[in-house]
Amino acid sequence: MNMTFSAADEAFRRDAASWLADNLSGEFAILKHRGGPGDEHSLISERRAWEKKLAAAGWNCLGWAAEHGGRDASISQQVIFAEEYARAGGPGRLGHIGEGLAGPTIAAFASPAQQARYLPGIRSTNELWCQGYSEPGAGSDLAAVKTRAVLGDDGQWRISGQKVWTSLAHLADWCFVLARTDPNSHDHKGLGFFLVSMHQAAVTVRPIEQLTGSAEFNEVFFDEALAADLVGQPGEGWKIAMALLGFERGVSTLGQQMQFRSELDEIIRIAKENGAAQDPDIRSRIAEAHMGLSVMRYNALRMLSDNAGADEQKAALVYKLHWSSWHRHLGKLAMDVLGTASELCEAAPYALTRLQALFLFSRADTIYGGSNQIQRNLIAERALGMPKEAKGR
Amino acid sequence: MHFMLNDEQLMIRDTAARFLAEQSTSAAIRRAMQSETGYDPALWHTLSGEMGWSAIHIPEAYGGLGLGYVELALLMEEMGRHLLCSPFHASVALGANALLVAGSEAQKQHWLPAMASGEITATLALPAKGGLWQADAVTARWQQEGEAYVLDGVLNHVPNGHSAGLIIVAAREAKAGGGTALFLLPANTQGLSRTRQASMDQTRPQAEIRLDKVVLPLSARMTGGHAELATLLDLAAIAIAAEQLGVAQAALDSSVAYSKERQQFGRAIAGYQAIKHRAADMMLKAELARSAVYYAACLAQETLSASQHNTAELAQAASLAKAYASEAAFYNAGCGIQLFGGVGITSEYDIQLYFKRAQSTAAFLGSPAWHRARIAAQLLD
Repeated sequence: MNMTFSAADEAFRRDAASWLADNLSGEFAILKHRGGPGDEHSLISERRAWEKKLAAAGWNCLGWAAEHGGRDASISQQVIFAEEYARAGGPGRLGHIGEGLAGPTIAAFASPAQQARYLPGIRSTNELWCQGYSEPGAGSDLAAVKTRAVLGDDGQWRISGQKVWTSLAHLADWCFVLARTDPNSHDHKGLGFFLVSMHQAAVTVRPIEQLTGSAEFNEVFFDEALAADLVGQPGEGWKIAMALLGFERGVSTLGQQMQFRSELDEIIRIAKENGAAQDPDIRSRIAEAHMGLSVMRYNALRMLSDNAGADEQKAALVYKLHWSSWHRHLGKLAMDVLGTASELCEAAPYALTRLQALFLFSRADTIYGGSNQIQRNLIAERALGMPKEAKGR
Repeated sequence: MHFMLNDEQLMIRDTAARFLAEQSTSAAIRRAMQSETGYDPALWHTLSGEMGWSAIHIPEAYGGLGLGYVELALLMEEMGRHLLCSPFHASVALGANALLVAGSEAQKQHWLPAMASGEITATLALPAKGGLWQADAVTARWQQEGEAYVLDGVLNHVPNGHSAGLIIVAAREAKAGGGTALFLLPANTQGLSRTRQASMDQTRPQAEIRLDKVVLPLSARMTGGHAELATLLDLAAIAIAAEQLGVAQAALDSSVAYSKERQQFGRAIAGYQAIKHRAADMMLKAELARSAVYYAACLAQETLSASQHNTAELAQAASLAKAYASEAAFYNAGCGIQLFGGVGITSEYDIQLYFKRAQSTAAFLGSPAWHRARIAAQLLD
């Protein structure tokens, strides 16, 4: 057991850091620390240009196979890049759904022709992707999707239904959609995994304004929208959708933690300035925030170790529950450190400060990507072997 | 990067787990805690002598196995899981570490081989009754009189102090502004008397040690002082945190196993979300404590193998591990009693013994609140 990276990995770290320092400058300097959660709607054209710059230099799709234009980078190297990217203040990635979710799924399950059609566009960042999973009636219970896919006499699948909480739908060129191919099926049977162009009249995107006043999520309506491709066979949608969730092994989490560290640093700076650092309760909560973030890092290093085994999978299973709860507490701590100053916005009509946005938007952390309640069910069932929840249908 | 156990470490852990599952049974724990020594000497002889556990991290030059602190932490974790009654922590994490951190070469040569083989057990005497386990809380007094040191004081909460063969005493110089020093006192030293105290957690014997004008040769003083004592306490805190991790894991495992058997309203209570979510929170506590303990154990190893080390970094890792593991052990043992229901509060079931161990080790070597305050000071002052 050790916590050190190999000499080759450290050389890789230096390469990444120096490229980022050289390139996240000039016209791109305004992107530093922008476009993250709560700020995903900002600076879109600049961030598109940044995606292309990353891609041209080969700093995206690191973990992809060389045959698909990737670098076959190890988990350690992907972790290192995520850390250096966050350390440099790299902006929120517009291409991450394609790179981290659509691409690996297409590489694993799609035909060679489909791979040749879609992977180059993700690698070059010419084509952006969004995810069509959740529906108004299918949140935690994803298998309850009602969106239909109907095979026409012309041999084409057409999609009808409503998806929701779709990040980046208004910018995306493509959406991967989980839809029901067998109208008489229910639960995880009878689903298909479709690739649908967003550039058609039968697709309507409507933004959802959040409690922060900004809109990062959308509703997407499909009205007999043409599916360009079906990945795998009808009925294999659930298997493919679940495999997709496993592709994101969490290499981006160490970058996310650097964002958290910068938020905590700001809170500590304010507490020292305004005297809150003298309050015994605040002191204890700041110490706890620091401890929770440190242990988050050690836990992530365990789950991202090369050749991680059964012990490390336990670390992975509890990870979401820890970071989401921790981040929500941090938002509340920020407001309590600020005191009455927390009430005033940065500007009229409703421009929130960074910490106000943290406070409000972190309420979403314990809901999306498997709510805390779903996480506890998963931990109890998968790690502790306790009985599965009874279903109402 | 391999922040995970290697094959040899997994083997050490699994061997310890198998051995203790056979030896530290519920009946054996109860026999040991009611015995005069508070542990089974025959079992101690086997695990220290034959299995080499007490030699685990002592360098080979002093008769040890020369393995690392992660290996030591793994043994402690299994001892906590099986609630072993033994002087291991006192002798290895307090005693041997004191010599490694603060002993002269001659003192190491003299004492460590016998401690590595388990022939002699050691311990550390530091706080007064109700006092804190910290380097600033030393109350015993020393003064030099010619070619001798004279020690006075009443020390309490000394782990396995009534049976240890070597007692390491932390004392402060009697004159104003005097420094902290550590002394090596064989148990039969003239003027040293000791009494076992009845303790709420009967699996961890504690003693009061009285020093009444104890006269020691100059060779009894160790080379290290206050700074080395602080490092020693951090190393010992990391080891006890590993034991607490084992307590937290055992409380989780036994509660979940019981919940799968216990039937109410026509089905196993493990199927109820009120039970599942509690168990999930217990696992979260245990896994975070594990990440903190393994990280701290890696830093402890760096501290022991390097001539120089970053004391602030070690202190922070020790505080994090001790606070998280203390709270995980207590939370899980407390939830365990709740999940066992009525039988959880009977003396027949073991969960109450884990609960008591969790509480007694939380107070030992710095409470979670003390460690959190120490980190707050690092961040804010």
